[in-house]
Parts: sequence; C-alpha cells; structure tokens
Amino acid sequence: MDMVQTEKLVFEYEKRDEEGNVTGTSRAIDEVDIEVKEGQFIAILGHNGSGKSTLAKHINAILVPTEGTMWVNGRNTSQPEELWNVRQSAGMVFQNPDNQIIGTVVEEDVGFGPENLGVPTDEIWQRVEDSLKAVGMIEYRHHSPNKLSGGQKQRVAIAGVVAMEPKCIVLDEPTAMLDPVGRKEVLKTVQKLREQKQVTVILITHYMEEVVDADKIYVMDHGHVVMEGTPGEIFSRVDELKSYRLDVPQVTLLADELRKRGLQIPAGILRKEELVEVLCQLS
Amino acid sequence: MIRDITIGQYYPAKSIVHRLDPRVKLVSTLLYLISLFLFKSISGYLIATLFLIGVIGVSRVPFSFIVRGLKPVIMLLMITVLFNLFLTRSGEVLFHAWIFTITEGGLVTAVYMAVRLIYLIIGSSLMTFTTTPNELTDGIEALLYPLNKVRVPVHEVAMMMSIALRFIPILLEETDKIMKAQIARGADFESGNMIQRAKSMIPILVPLFVSAFRRANDLAMAMEARCYRGGEGRTKMKPLRYRSRDFLAYLTMAVYVVLVVVIGRNVPLHVWIF
Repeated sequence: MDMVQTEKLVFEYEKRDEEGNVTGTSRAIDEVDIEVKEGQFIAILGHNGSGKSTLAKHINAILVPTEGTMWVNGRNTSQPEELWNVRQSAGMVFQNPDNQIIGTVVEEDVGFGPENLGVPTDEIWQRVEDSLKAVGMIEYRHHSPNKLSGGQKQRVAIAGVVAMEPKCIVLDEPTAMLDPVGRKEVLKTVQKLREQKQVTVILITHYMEEVVDADKIYVMDHGHVVMEGTPGEIFSRVDELKSYRLDVPQVTLLADELRKRGLQIPAGILRKEELVEVLCQLS
Repeated sequence: MIRDITIGQYYPAKSIVHRLDPRVKLVSTLLYLISLFLFKSISGYLIATLFLIGVIGVSRVPFSFIVRGLKPVIMLLMITVLFNLFLTRSGEVLFHAWIFTITEGGLVTAVYMAVRLIYLIIGSSLMTFTTTPNELTDGIEALLYPLNKVRVPVHEVAMMMSIALRFIPILLEETDKIMKAQIARGADFESGNMIQRAKSMIPILVPLFVSAFRRANDLAMAMEARCYRGGEGRTKMKPLRYRSRDFLAYLTMAVYVVLVVVIGRNVPLHVWIF
C-alpha cells in the first residue's frame, strides 16, 4: 500500500451569502489522483488558489473529501475512527511559524504532540531531545519561541512533528513567510531528516528552486493536477509552467532561452553546475 | 509603560523558592493572604513582616525589584488610606479642620490597611516572581483538578491560560506594528481629550482583533494536526511531583499560620506599645 493515495478526490467549499445561506459550491479540488510511495520526496507546486493547500489539509484529515477517497498509510481519512491514526502517521507543518507553536518554551512545544498521544513521560523527554537534535535546535531547548528567528521557529515546528514519529511529513508552504536565510535553513533541515529518518516528505510550495531534488512533482492549477513527473521532465516544459503562473528557476530559464536561440542544450536543466558543464562542452 | 509593571513577571534566579512545586507556592500565597486578615494586634503584624522578609531573603529576588512592583498600585493605596483616615470615627480626635476629622482609630486603621495591602501585593507578586507562567498554569490545573468532577473544564481552562500567555508578546508586537502603520497613514494617537484618544484606538483594535481571530483559527488547526483532543488520555512531559522540600515548605507555612493566629489574636496591642 502506498503512503498517500487519492482516488478522484473532490473537495467543495460552500459559498454563502451574508445571511449564511448556501448559494452554491465551488470546487477547490477536482478529481485529483496522486500517489506517494514510502520514503519518497514529493513536491506539489501551484500558484495561489490552485488547491494545493486544500489538498495538504486532506492528508492530515483536517479536511475530508466531499467525493472520492484519500488513503494515508492504508487508512481511509473519511472514517472518523481512523482520524487520530491518520494524524499520527502524517504530521503537518504550516506556513505561519508563530501560529503553530503552542508551548512557551521550545522543548515544551516539541513535547506537545507526544503528550497528546499519551506517550510516557520518560519517552517524551527522549523524543524531544532526539527531534531537537535532528533539526539542530537542541541548544535552544530552554528558550522562548518568541525570541527565535522565523527559520528557527519553523525548525522547532518541524521538531514538534518529528517527535510524534510520523511516517510522512507534510509541509504546507513552510518557507513562504521566511527570508532567504530562513528558507535555506528549513530546506536543509528537511533534507537532513529525509536522510536520517527515511520519512516520506510532501512539500507544498510555489518556489520552484525548492523542488529540484524531489522524486516526483505534481503541478496543480484550479483544483486539477495539470502536470506530473520528475523535476527534469517538468522543468523542460518551461512555457507550460509559465502559463500556470509559476516562476521557473533562473538557471532553467536561461538554459531554455539559450536552447531557443539554437544552442545545443538539453531541456530540463535544474542546477547551475549542470548548465556550466553543458556550456563548457559546447564548442 | 507596560514594561514598567513588574507584577506578574518572572524573575529568574536559583533559589529554593524558585524550585518549589507551584502548588506549594499557590497554596502558601493564598494562606498568607488570608492570614493577613486574621489578626488585629501589632504582634500579628510583626510576625507577618518577619515571615515576609524571611521569604524575600530566601527567594533572592532583589528588594528594589519588589518595590517597583508597588508603583502601579500607589493610587489605589492612597485612596484606601485617605478613606480610612478621614471616614473612620473612633477614639480621640487628633485633628479637626472644616469637614476633615482624623481620629485615633482612623489613623490606626489607615496604617494597618496600608500595611495589609502592601503585604498582599508583595506576597502575591513574590509568587509570580518565583514561578514561571507555565508552572503556574500547571499548578492551577493540578489544584483545581477535583473540580473536574463537577464538570468544570479544568484542563481546557489551563490550556487557554498558557496559550494566552504565549500570545501576549506576539499580540503586543502586532499592536506596535499596526500602530506604526496607522501613524504612517497620518493617524494621531497623542493629542485630544480622553474620548478622542479612545476613539483613535479603534483603527488599532479592529485589525488587531481580526488578526487575533485568524491566529486563533490557525492555532486550533495546528493543535488538531498534532493530535490534540482535550485532556483525556494525555500524558505530561513535566508532571508535578512533591519533593521533601515541598513538604518542608508546607510545614513552615502551617507553623506561620498557627503563630500568627494564636499570638496575633491573643497578645493584645497595648502589651507591645506600653
């Protein structure tokens, strides 16, 4: 069984007028099929309003499908009795670092998840220490989260999820509110976690630079999955990406422009080093 | 201005009082506050003073820091003293001019009232100086736990308190930002009378409330995503456990209360004055 799998997933918001009467519905997600295997790094790209965050909230059963099904770790999220199992197997990191830290001390916040799961006290301490080490925040364990930078707060939030020992971590635009330094910090942390703990990572973002290492990319627009494939495949379709209002990484853009002018450059270049190598081999 | 208020602040230090179980501190503070009203004679005040000085000494919170905490309540203190001074009529008249009369009884009550109030404030702020907000909420939760049986949502209330504490600095910062944004657009918060000033707060309060609700919504979602489902089946990372020093503190407190009640009530005033 796959880690996360959806089948014709549909989610509808109810539109209401000022008196609160339902006037109609709008589809935030429309017949989406995705498949995530254990240990994969999956990226979901999309512009604002593409339905990517709504999809993320389904993985954690914060929202349940209007139609279709979503399986997380083999459990159907629509069944209320599976709710806590689903939430434990798929942890979620949100966009705003301030609004997801509950504790007034870093270590207490990381302990919040395990506390809710009913983990014995000694093990909570062990897990807190391990996860703070995993995100490189152990020296801040007694600090107040208010005094940390955005990137550090986000790493604490990630530690809070890691402490619950989920099989899959969903990051819903974790870098959208951060400065470039914080963004790098968070991505490096995610990368490290993947290597150390072999967790499945689903990264939702609209920064294309963040997804070059992904095993597979889904591009969403207006509630549909419009493109899927490896980063190489996706980034070779520059014009299509632009039509979904996504910014292609500058290197890819440059390579694409050069290729259009007749240079012998393959499509789907993702990193600076790759382009340098290709350019050096041109005669 | 908000920064000047030391009441309710935590003063980090390494003392035995800081290390005590928050439940001990809560119960002791409550007992001390009640004890202040259980005696009438100077002997009682003497014991209460000595006890307070002793605790301050052990707590290692600087005296100046404690005194600063009295500042915001000076007005209240003055009003109480003045009312007691002029409105209590008993005993010999010491001073009389126009409608103002000071009697011996009034003077004594005024002084006693002032001392009681000051001790009340010092006593309770000493608790917050030596206890982190988190410990405090834990302590309150543990002490009020029996109320769970009569369907008081003790855990939920404690959780709300600690979340409120976490968000105070965030909302303060946000207020500051909104204020600056409004000043940049020409808002004026400084001039005008009380009513005008109060009115000029509206463009701050409305966005602040909107954002607070949005934050609350986000936070609720984040808590649910981390499997929060109320107090049931929840374990604690830092459970409260009584240690020997806590029992010692309870004992000290009991001795103090007995002393204050027995001596303070039975050894009369004039024995000490004359």
